Amino acid sequence: MRIELERRAGASGLFAIVSPLLALALTLIFGAIMFWMLGKNPGHALYSFFIEPLLEVWSLHELAIKAAPLILIAVGLAVCYRSNNWNIGAEGQFTIGAITGSILPILVPQWHSVLVLPLMLIMGAIGGAVFAAIPALLKTRFNTNEILVSLMLVYIAQLFLDWLVRGLWRDPKGFNFPQSISFSTEAVLPEILSSGRAHWGIVFALVAAVAIWFMMRFMLKGFEVSVLGRSERAGRFAGFSGRRMVWFSMMLSGALAGLAGISEVSGSIGHLQPSISPGYGFTAIIVAFLGRLNPLGIIASGFVLALTYLGGEAAQLSIGVSDKVTRVFQGLLLFFVLSCDTLILYRVRVIFGAGRAPAARS
Amino acid sequence: MIEAILLTIITAATPLVIAAIGELVTERAGVLNLGVEGMMIMGAVCAFAGSYLTGVPLFGVLAGILGGALFSLLFGFLTLTLVTNQVATGLALTLLGLGLSGQLGESFVGIPGVKLSPIVFPVLSDIPFIGPLLFRQDITFYLSIALVIGVNWFLFRSRTGLKLRAIGDSHGSAHALGINVIRTRYLAVMFGGACAGLAGAQLSLVYTPQWVENMTAGRGWIALALVVFASWRPLRVLIGGYIFGAVGILQLHAQAFGVGIPSQFLSMLPYAVTIVVLIIISHNRRTTLINTPACLGKPFVPDR
Repeated sequence: MRIELERRAGASGLFAIVSPLLALALTLIFGAIMFWMLGKNPGHALYSFFIEPLLEVWSLHELAIKAAPLILIAVGLAVCYRSNNWNIGAEGQFTIGAITGSILPILVPQWHSVLVLPLMLIMGAIGGAVFAAIPALLKTRFNTNEILVSLMLVYIAQLFLDWLVRGLWRDPKGFNFPQSISFSTEAVLPEILSSGRAHWGIVFALVAAVAIWFMMRFMLKGFEVSVLGRSERAGRFAGFSGRRMVWFSMMLSGALAGLAGISEVSGSIGHLQPSISPGYGFTAIIVAFLGRLNPLGIIASGFVLALTYLGGEAAQLSIGVSDKVTRVFQGLLLFFVLSCDTLILYRVRVIFGAGRAPAARS
Repeated sequence: MIEAILLTIITAATPLVIAAIGELVTERAGVLNLGVEGMMIMGAVCAFAGSYLTGVPLFGVLAGILGGALFSLLFGFLTLTLVTNQVATGLALTLLGLGLSGQLGESFVGIPGVKLSPIVFPVLSDIPFIGPLLFRQDITFYLSIALVIGVNWFLFRSRTGLKLRAIGDSHGSAHALGINVIRTRYLAVMFGGACAGLAGAQLSLVYTPQWVENMTAGRGWIALALVVFASWRPLRVLIGGYIFGAVGILQLHAQAFGVGIPSQFLSMLPYAVTIVVLIIISHNRRTTLINTPACLGKPFVPDR
């Protein structure tokens, strides 16, 4: 059996929409097989994984809490990836944003003012942007690979946070637990509705997604991003600077990741601790691709991936599978998304195999 | 004391060298596989499973190699047959590998593993100092040395190696000459996967003989940096691997001695050193351009 690709005349508009859905369907099928192999009833397992969390008000709030950082980070990453800059260190920028954003509530807890919260958010975004500027600087100045540098910085950021909450910033009255003092009420991101925990982070995420969508669609900057991403040479002829784009895209995504970090710490944790993220920065990569690097698509895919986190927690309780299944689901999903995206640009022909879609094989 | 430190450095450097030499071959064929971390962790869990279930650590090594190679096939199918973006697919491989290994290895957590026993060369191992360091090691160490020498010979002295480099530098021309680009790249990707799997096996059978989730701790990424450091030359991988291994071990010793620097900052060292090394190597644009395979990461669809 042989698989051949034939380039389409243009990108298929149909498959641009169908491909993420197809990928979701394939992930569910594989998920069912996986549950069956684990000795669980696949139907029941998928129900408690993907439907049950949607049935109660409190878990819808949790969904919004988890979707917020994913969407915020992913729209920034989408700009990066569109411009061919591979920032994969969003987890580190998230962590640094959480740290710089927490400077005020931890070092000057006695300052009670309405200014505290906006300043925290701004400082978080700046922290993330500055941290993301390191790979940008090294890429433009020394030609280093931004993938490796941004990833190495994740480890450095996490160790730095670990040192802070065990050392300098440890709550002296915290019974030696590795965590900072709790934020005062002025420093806590308020809830949107009285019905549950969801905080303003999700609003920031939606606003950011729409703003970036507007930029990509209607502004010269967005055009610059796509031109430089497709061909830096062509961009240069148009007078665009590849170097400036490295700075712009990295710092934009860093700022959004930093904002996500401080929103998460201020809105749903309330203090700093060694672990503040279940891998949001990495899962956001999947969110960005499932949303086909389109900010509006990312809103939808952010909720899908948030659901896998919730589903994992729910399934742990109701059917007794470990929450590690979540990460398997997320990984599988990215694989299927990438393979289905081939259908947008190519017609896939399977020689000697009758009518079998190649994407189903992997 | 020095001997003990050198021994631990060798143990720490071996997985880096093995994983990097595999990735070097993959990249020489023009394929950028960022999934080293994922293949390595899959190798580690397969190796632990193989060794635990059969009771023979050597089968564990084989299982690790096989696991890594099979897992890399997933990457090969997507990037080579379906022509997906190599950077994104490599990331996907890492994310899936970390998740899948956690799931597969769940029942192994906390079980003490069996350490791979050393192969002792008679006579040679009795040489003072050098003997215990070089001739009383486990099979992965010997394999790492053999791989470096073998790959160096293969790439620069054999006909097939020349073809592989030609594919990496210009897949269009190689295809026009009748070389099967896709098949060679599949093999190169699988070689990289097998090596990453072997490196993972070393971690779960030699370095710390047990299964811990995320036990690769970024070593796959450091191996990727090592390939850049080595500017795609096998012998330099050996040097680089030992430098990185030494940094990792010396910071551990510094932590044990309590040099007054918080342990977290010492733990940052291997990652910080990686960045510094990347800067030093990359800033000279001309030398990097000469050695980088020209088609690295570029998609290839054969025209018919």
